[in-house]
Amino acid sequence: MATETTEPVVPVDGDGIRRRDFINVAAVAFAGVGAVAVLPTLINQMNPSADVLAAATTEVDLSAIKPGQAIKAIFRSQPLFVRYLTPKEISEADAVAAASLRDPQTLDERTQAGKKEWLVTMGVCTHLGCVPLGAGEGENKGEFGGYFCPCHGSSYDTAGRIRKGPAPKNLEVPTYKFTSDTAILVG
Amino acid sequence: MSFPWAEHYTPKHPLTKWVDERLPLPRFVYNAVGAGYPVPRNLNYFWNFGVLSGFALALQIVTGIILAMHYGANAGVAFDSVEHIMRDVNGGWLLRYAHANGASFFFIVVYTHILRGFYFGSYKAPREMVWLLGVVIFLLMMATAFMGYVLPWGQMSFWGAKVITGLFGAIPVVGEPIQTWLLGGFAPGNASLNRFFSLHYLLPFVIAAVIILHIWALHIPGSSNPTGVEVKGPQDTVPFHPYYTAKDGFGLGVFLIIYSLVLFFGPNALGHPDNYIPANPMSTPAHIVPEWYLWPF
Repeated sequence: MATETTEPVVPVDGDGIRRRDFINVAAVAFAGVGAVAVLPTLINQMNPSADVLAAATTEVDLSAIKPGQAIKAIFRSQPLFVRYLTPKEISEADAVAAASLRDPQTLDERTQAGKKEWLVTMGVCTHLGCVPLGAGEGENKGEFGGYFCPCHGSSYDTAGRIRKGPAPKNLEVPTYKFTSDTAILVG
Repeated sequence: MSFPWAEHYTPKHPLTKWVDERLPLPRFVYNAVGAGYPVPRNLNYFWNFGVLSGFALALQIVTGIILAMHYGANAGVAFDSVEHIMRDVNGGWLLRYAHANGASFFFIVVYTHILRGFYFGSYKAPREMVWLLGVVIFLLMMATAFMGYVLPWGQMSFWGAKVITGLFGAIPVVGEPIQTWLLGGFAPGNASLNRFFSLHYLLPFVIAAVIILHIWALHIPGSSNPTGVEVKGPQDTVPFHPYYTAKDGFGLGVFLIIYSLVLFFGPNALGHPDNYIPANPMSTPAHIVPEWYLWPF
């Protein structure tokens, strides 16, 4: 029976590497690279498909919102809060020293230049993802006058910043831009 | 397993010894497709097609499980979900073409495998059980392929389902109730599509199980060889590894090249354009033919 040891051992050069060793490494490496090359396709198919990505931006019309009012829109299948802050709410938010907060941010950092009265945040509590109250008419705004999460009692202030309760972060501000004075494009 | 002169698995490293005493899986692999399985030294390339069939099944299972993540088995959305796979899902066109053409190539290699058995007498004693299990696998494959072809819910899918189940309707007396039972209705509909999807997902795993029996039965007498004369001693065999792993690897490379050529340059060459028309129970396509691999029937 032919075995590895009975084959002619032909060193390629002086270091004892046989031609067969080279062929083995080359063949296995080639097959390995081929197998790895297939993987990205098999993995990437689980990412959002083109139709999901195409629906990943939302336009919000601001014209009907009055000062002190907020609306809930849907952005990427999740609630989006758009709030028209009153001057009182803005001054309340500005009165707090950012450095004293859990997630230090000023209202200016959370709104766009010259549009300080428009607070656009995700309606997703940063604790475990519940929808906070406070955007709808007559809902509990919590003790800081912003949003209040009914799940574990996180309270957000008028800039959507976390002030009390278990949530670790301020309400997320998504990327958006003003397409006109009364409309924004989110995403 | 097969011949008394087969090499024995002797673990050297303490870890492999430890594993071998508790779960002798490496020993099992060694004896099945390693140096511990002696194979006739004179096999020609027709003996590659068993491994190629196994590879084709694995390919179908992997691509199929992925397609099932994006497919909707409901008569209302099935056709659109297939178009969604083709247009929207990342790499979906490739995965679906790989699955559809993979079915064709599965049959190509299996038919070659069967004809090899015919021509070289691989079905004869002592390998009758290998042949019989192969027949079971082939029947399961045809059922799986047929039900898979129904899933896109195009014109050919719908009328294929109608015609094939109609064959059962031709059985005297009980035929019509059987056809109605198979379809879950009086014509192919949502109920048929759902059960076909369920079974199309199940049967490949049944095939895989029968393949294990098929290989088990083969490894008792060992492989046949082109001369038809059984091997007599160690001088007639070589260890499966590295000799046949290398040969099968080369054959697999050739298979993949041909498969890729069809997959990338003629993915619809083996299909039928009418299946890109949504199923319409009121109109039969002008040329209603089964997929090529079911033509003999």
